[in-house]
Amino acid sequence: MMMIETRGLRKSFGNHVVLDGIDLNVAAGTIFALLGPNGAGKTTMVQILSTLIGADGGEVRVAGHDVVREPDAVRAAIGVTGQFSAVDNLLTGEENLLLMANLHHLSQSEGRKRAAELLERFDLVDAARKMPSTYSGGMRRRLDLAMTLVGDPRIIFLDEPTTGLDPRSRHTMWQIIRGLVASGVTILLTTQYLDEADQLADRIAVLDRGKLVAQGTPDELKRRIPGGHILLQFADAQGLEAASRILGAVGCDDNALTLQVPGDVNVRSIRALLNRLDDESIAVNDLSIHIPDLDDVFFALTDHSTNDHSTMQKGNVR
Amino acid sequence: MSNLSFALRDSATMLRRDFRHSLRYPAMSLSGLGVPIIMLVLFDYVFGGAIGAGLGSVTHIGSYIDYLAPGIIIMAVGSGCATTAINLCMDMSEGIIARFRTMAIFRASVLTGQVLGSLIRTMITVVLVFGVALLMGFRSDANPVAWIAALGLIALITLAVTWMGVAFGLVGKTPAGANSLSLMFQLLAFTSSAFVSPALMPPGVRWFAEYQPFTPVIDTLRALLLGTPISSSTVILAFAWCVGLTLVGYFWALSVYNRNSVRTNPAR
Repeated sequence: MMMIETRGLRKSFGNHVVLDGIDLNVAAGTIFALLGPNGAGKTTMVQILSTLIGADGGEVRVAGHDVVREPDAVRAAIGVTGQFSAVDNLLTGEENLLLMANLHHLSQSEGRKRAAELLERFDLVDAARKMPSTYSGGMRRRLDLAMTLVGDPRIIFLDEPTTGLDPRSRHTMWQIIRGLVASGVTILLTTQYLDEADQLADRIAVLDRGKLVAQGTPDELKRRIPGGHILLQFADAQGLEAASRILGAVGCDDNALTLQVPGDVNVRSIRALLNRLDDESIAVNDLSIHIPDLDDVFFALTDHSTNDHSTMQKGNVR
Repeated sequence: MSNLSFALRDSATMLRRDFRHSLRYPAMSLSGLGVPIIMLVLFDYVFGGAIGAGLGSVTHIGSYIDYLAPGIIIMAVGSGCATTAINLCMDMSEGIIARFRTMAIFRASVLTGQVLGSLIRTMITVVLVFGVALLMGFRSDANPVAWIAALGLIALITLAVTWMGVAFGLVGKTPAGANSLSLMFQLLAFTSSAFVSPALMPPGVRWFAEYQPFTPVIDTLRALLLGTPISSSTVILAFAWCVGLTLVGYFWALSVYNRNSVRTNPAR
């Protein structure tokens, strides 16, 4: 069953086209990542799906309901955690959760129980009676997400849930998100971090300048980009020259004394390559392997100015 | 639960939120108190002698403080408009409002909670200003029923001014913009019967002063508290203004709130 469906979704602000015909489907119980650079239209997409703003055209169904005709049915099924955390800064963490419980019409005792559970689960017990202004970035995001969960939403929108967080907080957030999906929730998350999408998502859509430029599982996307190669670094120019002669001069860098050998990267191909160099008595200083990752996909699909060569180099540096 | 009880429950929740906010920032809640008290002191002790002498001929009120106090009360209500507008405008810029909009709650509750909170705060201010006026020599021989009616009328005009303040807060976009829109209600007190009788004003100004919202309310208040004579048309005009401004403010605010569903940044 599809929890989120859009057909030909369009949105402009004035003359600026933000979303230009978006078709996507998110299956129940999966994590769908909307990946794109800043200004790609990710937040606008979330705002439309969560009934905050209207689309200019196309069809949008969330939890089986049309967002225009039945906004309240959509709202009852969703939870939204925004890019800039939507907590009430003049209420303590606990009061924020109780406010949500009241707005979901839980009884006083149910609300207290739910708030206590969530404070415990999100490691906020000590901070419960403190104001959010004293919280760290990670704590604010956790409170934000905890508030979203008070109403037990079936679909959760996470708009850049880890932007600006330190690595430890990011990993905590990832664990929480995985836990949510395990409990049957459907998640649409936006991110500009490729590893985040790779780590979490069942399916990824790459959004760029208002269009979906690619869609698929992380593996499908990686397969679209042939970027695998072995990078050899030699002790001297003679070695480099000899190697480029027998291997064919591909991606030869005279300054760094490196040579890129494209093709499949696996144990057998590496062994065969090293054997050939050994036969010619060419000394190899260093060897690194490069398997295409989402960075390659991302740069290949969204980079409009730089060429392939520089994207490959970026991949190598990592 | 029915839609109405959801509406009431959500509004009560939002009122509690507003109440907690004002507990956290008591200075903001009491900021409406300063100006009316300064005006009371200024007009009674500094201008009072001169104005009071001139007024004696057209009003039936003995001391100027008796004439002045109901006017200052309504002035306090008028300056509550700016407080509401600024409060609401600042609140609207908070991320939590976007969260409320994505929830299946009674949509207007974000606004009604603020309105009820402002109403309570303004009524507290009104009681405190009455207290200061009593210390300064204000005396009323009205019976409890008349006092209750007077407070009821003050609550009605407060409701009207507050809903207008909510609309200004939504239309104003920035706190400064919201404040300047609500300036008109603060200035309205000066061109009303608050300080001097319209009978002493030149014809054009007098016409405006007599029919603008605050004058009939202030005159009805004086009739209730001081027993001054009043025509039934003035009382009707007072109620008409209260109901009319409330409705205009309510529907205006709601339509703006629903239209600008979120303050978007097109760059994102």
